[in-house]
Amino acid sequence: MKRLALLLGLIVALSLVVTSCAPKPGVIKIGVNAELTGGIPVVGQSCKNAAELFVEEVNKAGGIEVGGRKYTIQLLIEDNEDKAESAAAAALKLHTAGVLLMIGPNASRNAIPAAEVAETNKMPMISPWSTNPKTTIDPKTGKPKKYVFRACFIDDFQGVVAAKLGVELGVKKPAVLFDVASEYNKGIAEVFKKTVEELGYPVVAYETYTTGDKDFSAQLTKIIASGADGLFLPNYYSEVPLQVQQARKLGFKGIIFGSDSWGNLELIDLCGMDCDGLYFTTHYAPDIATPQAQSFIKAYQAKYGKVPDDVAALTYDAFGIAVTAIKQAGKLDREAVVEALRKISRYEGVTGVLEYRGTGDPIKSAVVLKVDVPGKKFTYYTTAKP
Amino acid sequence: MQTFFQQILNALQLGSVYALIALGYSMVYGIITLINFAHGDIFMVSTYVAFFVGSALMAYAFKLPGLITFLLTMLASMFFTAFLAVMIERFAYRPLRKAPRVSAVITALGVGLFLENFTLATIGPHPRFLPPIIPVHRFTIFGIATSNIQLIIIFVSAIVMFLLDTIVRRTMVGMAMRAISWDKFTVPLMGVPMDRIISITFALGASIAAVGGTLYGFVYTIDPYMGIRIGWWAFISAVIGGIGNIRGAMLGGYLLGLVEIFTPVILPSSTYRDFVAFSLLLLLLIFRPYGLLGRPVTMKV
Repeated sequence: MKRLALLLGLIVALSLVVTSCAPKPGVIKIGVNAELTGGIPVVGQSCKNAAELFVEEVNKAGGIEVGGRKYTIQLLIEDNEDKAESAAAAALKLHTAGVLLMIGPNASRNAIPAAEVAETNKMPMISPWSTNPKTTIDPKTGKPKKYVFRACFIDDFQGVVAAKLGVELGVKKPAVLFDVASEYNKGIAEVFKKTVEELGYPVVAYETYTTGDKDFSAQLTKIIASGADGLFLPNYYSEVPLQVQQARKLGFKGIIFGSDSWGNLELIDLCGMDCDGLYFTTHYAPDIATPQAQSFIKAYQAKYGKVPDDVAALTYDAFGIAVTAIKQAGKLDREAVVEALRKISRYEGVTGVLEYRGTGDPIKSAVVLKVDVPGKKFTYYTTAKP
Repeated sequence: MQTFFQQILNALQLGSVYALIALGYSMVYGIITLINFAHGDIFMVSTYVAFFVGSALMAYAFKLPGLITFLLTMLASMFFTAFLAVMIERFAYRPLRKAPRVSAVITALGVGLFLENFTLATIGPHPRFLPPIIPVHRFTIFGIATSNIQLIIIFVSAIVMFLLDTIVRRTMVGMAMRAISWDKFTVPLMGVPMDRIISITFALGASIAAVGGTLYGFVYTIDPYMGIRIGWWAFISAVIGGIGNIRGAMLGGYLLGLVEIFTPVILPSSTYRDFVAFSLLLLLLIFRPYGLLGRPVTMKV
């Protein structure tokens, strides 16, 4: 008993010594809500990588100054398993852990439920990659949410870009195959359909499937029977290779194109030559990087040995915006941070210029990339301005 | 019409895989009345074994012809998966053979969860394809698009199912299996080594699932959670066909292949697929609870 008391005393004494010696800067907790497991693990991994890179850079430089005091950033990373309910639970967990703000989730099917949690708990949230308009809109009032922001364009814009791309590539009879159970895929498919029809090319086949499906032969056979000459696949990188391969196997000869959910090199590994020469719309192109983007790409490559994908670049920007807002807020208070986020009207990030007009949705340009399978990269094709 | 036959071919490919997995459910149930819910995950493990063996054979290319590499990969996967299933039976199910049946079912669910999460932790969540062991050739016959891989899937499955049917109906082991499923109290008294026959049943069921797994990995991506849905569908196949009945499991597998393909053709979306499959199961359980080819069980009280 006596020995235990002595031991406890020692521990207390030691911890006092340690705390008094500890460096002055305080700690800012920032949460990351990412898809580390589940259907799209590379998305979560890229998000985590970029977050860790950003925090390492900031902390190495001595942290950030808020209201005259230096702070380092501490990351709290939660896996949302790419499930709506887990994304909401992860958001709640981060809120309870007392994070100043949350970055993520990335896929809209996770970002929308997490945004609800963020809004109710008055926790600022920035989604790097969720392009579905619903993420930042309050479903009850139809007005923009107060606490939710994003670093990417929305699908009302991307769907139009994709539709124009299809027409430019010579598609006369477009068909769409999309995941009807996933918010992002459904949202962009609707905008695409509306836009191509306005451009005078009615959609000849509008086929759906459900998240996790691996056999699309029934829908693709219908698409081929409809006489389509172009196929829009606004689906995630883990499913697109199966769809492209099965379409080609069933004899589809037309043009296949997609959206930003393709933008991961894993697509090339899984798909092989079937995906060579296909086009998709996305957020940034490493080929035409600004000097600022180049230094990010270099640092990322040095740390992880690969070119950052769009999720990584957008996560980096989301952190950049967050830190700018925290500095301007001048105190570690969620309301002050949200106020500061609202006041940012222009931010120059690695994915280009983000212009905010009073809502959480930035206005920015999209790029079109072409899949180069032998070169194992995506090459820049064109830019679409808003 | 052409489209219709194309869809039938699509359904045959899927149905073959379901049938191969359904056999494992049906055989195990037939012999120890256990619904082996880990079977879908055993199937998942078999695709990973095929993935690693196939990749290794391709990488350290002994420059074997594609067909030999394919057979080696499939045999390795069958062997390893059979071993795994026997181990699971030995350590997870055998100690519970005298326990209430529900304990064994819960254990099976636990084993399934273990396999999923073990694969997730060791190999990671990334979806993968089997390496192109046999180069894909696409062609059309009478206007119906197909590929050499698709035909291999359909024919190899058919051959394996025929072999299994022969083993069960024409060999001593098969006779012992049928005898145990008939009466597991008297048959051991006649000198039939019950434990060994049960192990053989598990090994056979798993190696057939491994045939399915290897074939599946050529055309679909594999991931640690793939066994869940496919396992459920194969289970429904087995029940629809008449669980415990081998030919019933095959029939059920092809039937569910048709359900999966023709649901999005007839109904507006593939989302109705599970609804159709489970409704079919419900209807069958109401009107013909012993399945399409099963026999009603009479029990003496």
